Amino acid sequence: MAGKTLLPVRSRAAIQESAARFPPGRQRSAVLDALRLAQEENGGWLSVPLMDAVAGELELPPIQVYEVATFYSMFEVRPVGRHCVSVCTNISCWLRGGGELLAHLENRLGIGAGESTADGRIYLKKEEECLAACTGAPMMMVDHRYYEHLSTEDADRIVGELKR
Amino acid sequence: MSMPLVHLCMPPPEAEKPWLLESYRKRGGYSSWSRVLDGKLKAAEILRAVKDSGLRGRGGAGFPTGLKWSFMPSDCEQPSYLVCNSDESEPGTCHDRDILRYNPHVLIEGMALAAYAMGASVGYNYIRGEFLGEPVPRFLAALEEARAAGLIGRGLGKAKVDFELHPFVGAGAYICGEETGLLESLEGKPGKPRFKPPFPAQSGLYGRPTTVNNTQTLASVPAILQNGSEWFKALGAPNSAGTMIYSVSGHVERPGNYEAPLGVSFNDLLEHAGGVWKGRQLKAVIPGGSSVPVLPAEIIRECAMDYDSLSKAGSALGTGAVIVMDETTCMVSALRRIARFYYAESCGQCTPCREGTGWLYRMLTRMLEGRAQAADLDLLLNVANNIEGHTICALGDAAAWPVQSFLKHFRPEFEAKIRSSASQREAAYA
Repeated sequence: MAGKTLLPVRSRAAIQESAARFPPGRQRSAVLDALRLAQEENGGWLSVPLMDAVAGELELPPIQVYEVATFYSMFEVRPVGRHCVSVCTNISCWLRGGGELLAHLENRLGIGAGESTADGRIYLKKEEECLAACTGAPMMMVDHRYYEHLSTEDADRIVGELKR
Repeated sequence: MSMPLVHLCMPPPEAEKPWLLESYRKRGGYSSWSRVLDGKLKAAEILRAVKDSGLRGRGGAGFPTGLKWSFMPSDCEQPSYLVCNSDESEPGTCHDRDILRYNPHVLIEGMALAAYAMGASVGYNYIRGEFLGEPVPRFLAALEEARAAGLIGRGLGKAKVDFELHPFVGAGAYICGEETGLLESLEGKPGKPRFKPPFPAQSGLYGRPTTVNNTQTLASVPAILQNGSEWFKALGAPNSAGTMIYSVSGHVERPGNYEAPLGVSFNDLLEHAGGVWKGRQLKAVIPGGSSVPVLPAEIIRECAMDYDSLSKAGSALGTGAVIVMDETTCMVSALRRIARFYYAESCGQCTPCREGTGWLYRMLTRMLEGRAQAADLDLLLNVANNIEGHTICALGDAAAWPVQSFLKHFRPEFEAKIRSSASQREAAYA
């Protein structure tokens, strides 16, 4: 393993800890954990040099890291806002106003789903998947936290309180 | 209310902090696993009990669990694996999230018993990435408690049992709920499903014998061993033993996760969820997650919520996710939203699914925007029929079934929508 890497020491330790859950030689299984850690350390997105560093840490060809980073919806490969807001509009949420909730936030933030605010504060994720909180519809996920049974006022307050 | 609630997979409502080991033990938890560790309960007895119980997979397909377990080669060279599928993402379904949050130990005990029954010494719980905030920490904390109590690890108890259990957190992909897509993901790859055969029991994780079971399936196992197969069978309906956590969502007064014996009538379940909201009439229900065929009110009203009854009615129990739609629901818009999901989630390796799901979504959009003709309905059905059965995994079928069933039951509404959207469009340009 090369001496120089973009990954901080604590991420490297966490990546190795993850790799230890798998049999010897199967460290590729830790790539999802490694990318998640790298992305969190990097303000929510993965650059190519960062993905290369993950590849180096796990001793994988970089292509095996790129193909994972671009397959899964929770990885971002371009810069995005610091807070990730995902409004679910799948069928159960859609039936209870998830679509209207998303439109409301788009309007309020002045961006479309898939875009980030100009100040880099908020990224409004284009959410295709159901987030499995269907009985709490409509709902949204903000930085891994679920908010359920939302009114537009609730959503305004939650988004308004996000750190600058 | 006439619907009895039972608590096998969900903790009883009166339990305090039901996710803690102490609380789970008070409810009789880990009594069967302790018997294993004392050498008093043998693997063959567990397998026999689960087979006799009639437990079927709760992840959607309803395959008999004991039979699936028996496909694992006996006395095989280690390692072989048990994998729990907590990648809950079938639209409408949200009960595995509650098992992880409120009753993680029942899952851990279920996994331990299942692994032991199959001779697997290592387990992974594949949890969807979006569960990172609450369900994952709860599961991890429970795992640490179990490890500290000598319930998970190596050389456990008098019987010197080995069972290592590890968490695995996904990163957002519906397709990883498909068991071979999940195994690919667990190997650190894009979650593209594999051809079967070979089935995972022959060649699964890292090419080793592997069984993948759903969270609720595994969470049902401790109760079977504690109370007996006959008791479990008597809880449910014929061919539908035990309980189901029904996730009732959509247009009801009290959406929620309700665990009840399989075979409860739809009407009782709806009543339990407070009935259709706003005093409106029931129009349609998708009874088992967005992939299963929709049923109109007059058919679902006659159904019991079990495998056989829903299958006879032309749908399926699926994941037990009951999506309720009231009389105001536009079926064309609802179907387009469902179609968009499969389009977005197709992994792309099979042409009929990759291309066909996009066609379905675009054609439905055209209908809503007044750019479709009546003949497009047959074309829509044709595209759906050409996806179904022509793909490696069931995502293709799951994309086709909603289209086929919406058209079967609500075709006049689609025809009317095509006409009215077109005339609105013409009026706008006149």
